[in-house]
Amino acid sequence: METVLSQYAWLVPVFPLAAFLILLAFGRGMKRTGPVIATLGSLASLVLSALVLIEQLGGADEYNNGFDWIQIGGYTLTVGFDVTNLTALMMVVVSLVAFLVNVYSIGYMKDDERISVFFAYVALFTCSMLGLVIADNLLMLYIFWELVGLCSFLLIGFWYYKPEAKAAAKKAFIVTRVGDVGFLIALLLLFWYMPDHDLSFAAIANVFGQTGLITEGITTLIAILIFLGAVGKSGQFPLHVWLPDAMEGPTPISALIHAATMVAAGVFLVARTFPIFEASPAALDTVAWVGAFTAIFAASIAIAQDDIKRILAYSTVSQLGYMMMALGLGSVTAAMFHLFTHAFFKALLFLGAGSVIHAVHTQNIHEMGGLGKTMKTTAWTFAVGALALAGIPPLSGFWSKDAILAEALHDHPALFAIGIAAALLTALYMSRLFFLVFAGKPRKGASGHESPAVMTVPLVVLALLAVVAGFVEMPFEGTGWFGEWLTGHAAAHEGTALVMLVSTAVGLLGIYLGWLIYVKGAIPRDAVTKRMPWLTRLLERKYYIDEIYHAVFVVSLRAIGRAFDAFDRHVVGGAVRLAGGAAVWTGRAATRMQNGQLQSYGLYAVIGLVILAAAIAGRRFW
Amino acid sequence: MLSSYLTMAAILFCIGLYGALTKRNAVIVLMSVELMLNSVNLNLVAFSKYGVVPSLTGQIFSLFTISVAAAEVAVGVAILIALFRSRGSANVDEFNEMRR
Repeated sequence: METVLSQYAWLVPVFPLAAFLILLAFGRGMKRTGPVIATLGSLASLVLSALVLIEQLGGADEYNNGFDWIQIGGYTLTVGFDVTNLTALMMVVVSLVAFLVNVYSIGYMKDDERISVFFAYVALFTCSMLGLVIADNLLMLYIFWELVGLCSFLLIGFWYYKPEAKAAAKKAFIVTRVGDVGFLIALLLLFWYMPDHDLSFAAIANVFGQTGLITEGITTLIAILIFLGAVGKSGQFPLHVWLPDAMEGPTPISALIHAATMVAAGVFLVARTFPIFEASPAALDTVAWVGAFTAIFAASIAIAQDDIKRILAYSTVSQLGYMMMALGLGSVTAAMFHLFTHAFFKALLFLGAGSVIHAVHTQNIHEMGGLGKTMKTTAWTFAVGALALAGIPPLSGFWSKDAILAEALHDHPALFAIGIAAALLTALYMSRLFFLVFAGKPRKGASGHESPAVMTVPLVVLALLAVVAGFVEMPFEGTGWFGEWLTGHAAAHEGTALVMLVSTAVGLLGIYLGWLIYVKGAIPRDAVTKRMPWLTRLLERKYYIDEIYHAVFVVSLRAIGRAFDAFDRHVVGGAVRLAGGAAVWTGRAATRMQNGQLQSYGLYAVIGLVILAAAIAGRRFW
Repeated sequence: MLSSYLTMAAILFCIGLYGALTKRNAVIVLMSVELMLNSVNLNLVAFSKYGVVPSLTGQIFSLFTISVAAAEVAVGVAILIALFRSRGSANVDEFNEMRR
């Protein structure tokens, strides 16, 4: 079929960029119109990307176009964009969530002094994220990859007068940088080994699709290094530590960047470079196990946290672990499907949490309660998001999690068991969160009030999406068109009845447990704490990962830094000061010598003569 | 023979130098300078008589030195009198015009 609109897909990131530039230039005086401009920019992106998606759904060909950017000797660097089914879908997800978050932020950030700066950053982020999605080569993707990292840094530290926010922004930047270094090395290796130094995705798929062009060792190395970048960006163990701290940023940002889009960029990167991973079973296994471990590890931490946003952050880490696990199992379809549904229900949960925080001005779930009565819209949309996350049919999360678990059962029963356990924990912490916040009686007099429509409407839209997004790929005969369309492979459908039953049962069990503990009180809340205080402590302290990192890396690096600083201060700086001081001192002495007394001058001349004579006499004994 | 002359001249020169560098009174300074010049004259004469190549040149040269020294003292004393008139003092350490 003809590609008409896909040719203009490059415009999608340009709209937010224009909004960013306008806000950058005239932002100060546009407290009212600035947010509207940014929102319109993202709306334009949304409309265009939706049209492109519709065209792609209609069976349009993939479209690629670009131009030469830089010529270095015989090598030409190209800039271009790819419209495939995968990128078209991602564009819609990103621009849709970005648009809704923009709308929501108009209400949420209403009273902030720097609202236009906030919207400028969001617009820049939207632009770079969309650029990342449609980039047709790895180098371009890397540039946008760093740009989204920068925006994340700026937005986490948006309230820079809060010391925690500052620290969190730095932490996010530095920790993701560890992964980015791996990604950069992978890029250099690819540049070195690829024929013609071609970094476009088409060439990568082509080269790694044939065996023997690049040795398996190098392939594995490249794949692992790319995965390291994804680990940093997507908050996988052991680089997950920045993501929960990133919750210091404004809540809409947590929803947009740290739940729906940027953190999913790691998953997207692996999916985009999947031919490399497919060529290396070892790399795939690494991805699967890191993902599975992260899924259960983060879910267990989420149970013991008290901050509403931190619980959701660990939940995000855990769900990203699911996606990585799916990729490691070789199913891009399941991973992208979960990314697609997760973007909606996790953005919904974060925006709901933002609505709650907006109303009660606290983030501690033990200080909330009974909000279900006063915040009806927030409560029911949050419930939809929580149920979707817990994997209760027929909500979207159920179908996508189901696809991953079916893949796991098909390939790797151990991973399936981990996935089920993580699903149980997910249901448990979500019910704990929901019941503590919305059920029961108000605590500490925090009664709350419903947020304005500009905030609740995005919630409702996202709730609808969280319900229906899963229906694109159901494990029944003739309904699995989404996977076919997206990657050319349908998701695994063997034994799905069993998986569906087990995961539903586990989800319901988790919620029932949560209900027993936090509503009915049949199980006392401190049942575990009393018997195993160390376990609670371990979970509350997040397995002491931060402390370990502090002891191992921060302290040792700081010691090295101190040593270098001391060297610089005393040796290098000392030498400089000595040289300068010597000149000054000589000058002072010479000034004092010039006192106008003839006799002193005579004396100096005599001393000089004596020195000269001594030197000449001394040369004899040299 | 030569060395005793030279030693004598060196002692005279050192006394003159010491006086020129330490005495406060400008007249004594001028006299010390005269002493140093005379030690030089002594050297010239000694070399012209006992040097490796004895020649009359050294003795003639010392005559020149004496006449130039006389002129120098005349100019020096004239400057000194002028200074004494304007400042009312002949102490060398009170004059530091060369500082400017």
